[in-house]
Amino acid sequence: MSDRANDSQSEVGNEWPLWEVFVRPKAGLEHKHSGSLHAADAAMAIQLARDVYTRRQEGSSVWVVRSADITASDPRDKAAYFDPMEDKVYRHPTFYELPDAVNHM
Amino acid sequence: MYTQAMDLAPAEERTLRSAEEAQLEARFEARIDNGDFIEAKDWMPEHYRKTLVRQISQHAHSEIVGMLPEGNWISRAPTLKRKTILLAKVQDEAGHGLYLYAAAETLGTSRDQMVAALHSGRAKYSSIFNYPTLSWADMGVIGWLVDGAAIMNQVPLTRCSYAPYARAMVRICREESFHQRQGFDALLVMMKEGSDAQRTMVQDAVNRWWWPSLMMFGPPDDQSPNSTQSARWGIKRLSNDTLRQKFVDACVDQAQVLGVTLPDPDLKWNEERGHHDFGAIDWAEFRRVVAGHGPCNHERLAARVKAWDDGAWVRDAALAHARKRATREQAA
Repeated sequence: MSDRANDSQSEVGNEWPLWEVFVRPKAGLEHKHSGSLHAADAAMAIQLARDVYTRRQEGSSVWVVRSADITASDPRDKAAYFDPMEDKVYRHPTFYELPDAVNHM
Repeated sequence: MYTQAMDLAPAEERTLRSAEEAQLEARFEARIDNGDFIEAKDWMPEHYRKTLVRQISQHAHSEIVGMLPEGNWISRAPTLKRKTILLAKVQDEAGHGLYLYAAAETLGTSRDQMVAALHSGRAKYSSIFNYPTLSWADMGVIGWLVDGAAIMNQVPLTRCSYAPYARAMVRICREESFHQRQGFDALLVMMKEGSDAQRTMVQDAVNRWWWPSLMMFGPPDDQSPNSTQSARWGIKRLSNDTLRQKFVDACVDQAQVLGVTLPDPDLKWNEERGHHDFGAIDWAEFRRVVAGHGPCNHERLAARVKAWDDGAWVRDAALAHARKRATREQAA
């Protein structure tokens, strides 16, 4: 839940800052976003992340990062950013037809 | 279930919109119709945002307040096994509350604002937690009936149009089935291996929790003003009455396995409908409890406020410590 509608609000008053939690399910796999939580500092965020997001052995490693430190692309730019790739079909292997004689390539 | 008071909120009037807003809304509606998920930073109508904040925060409050009736029995569980199970379950409820608060925060509200709304009585939580837990059998019945009703209500929410809420619900539903099973298991042991006194205790708990559990699904469909809009947004996929009927049908067989009687003389199979008929629900009681006049409303809220106030110095100290360390590290 890294996308805050209004980042400034989570820092109001004496609320503990918000952290995003990433969990590696097991060795060999990448860390994946699990959710977020409030903690006073990084050490506490790691401890709480263990209790909140890995109560059933969901992870073997945890990363936390301050939500305010994440820079995200703007959803309004979605079309301009990502849609141009749609007509670049030549980037996919299926674009190329091979003679039957070539079995595996 | 945990979102029942949604139905009691007034239907909101549509305000006048600019041409640009109308266009954005049309695009939004098209995405919803297409079955797309809405993410936190996507444009959304104000009414959608407000409805979700109300529903998700209320759901979160219910998880947190829901820890109280069961927390009451942790130190009095009959065996070490039951105690560890209950501890794990109550810890799960805390986790569920946190997933949901985080989902609501993506909509631009803060944790402090939500907590303040709960403590001032402005925000509601599920009426079910305003009933007392009088015996150990209540722990079993809460798992079986209350969590059973919760699951029935929550599974459709995993496909809700608001993605952060849907993701939280996936996680919650995955953990929730343990809650129902441990309750049923505790009851089964008492009914099959227990004494007559224990069996009487189980029946008494079923008698007290059955009707409040049926109320968890919210008012009848014809008295649920926000349902149509919520259904369209996928915030609600099955109607209150449909889910309630599903729940009753499921419980009848389970009650038989347990050997308990559901306290409703009108409960019987209707061949024509293919469902069980059941007696009239006391909606006056439901409204009384939601309005703050249930047996434990005052006690529950007072416990939450006390916990929050007593913990204030811990929250402040942790933050002061973190700031001091950060300053020292910066200086070094």
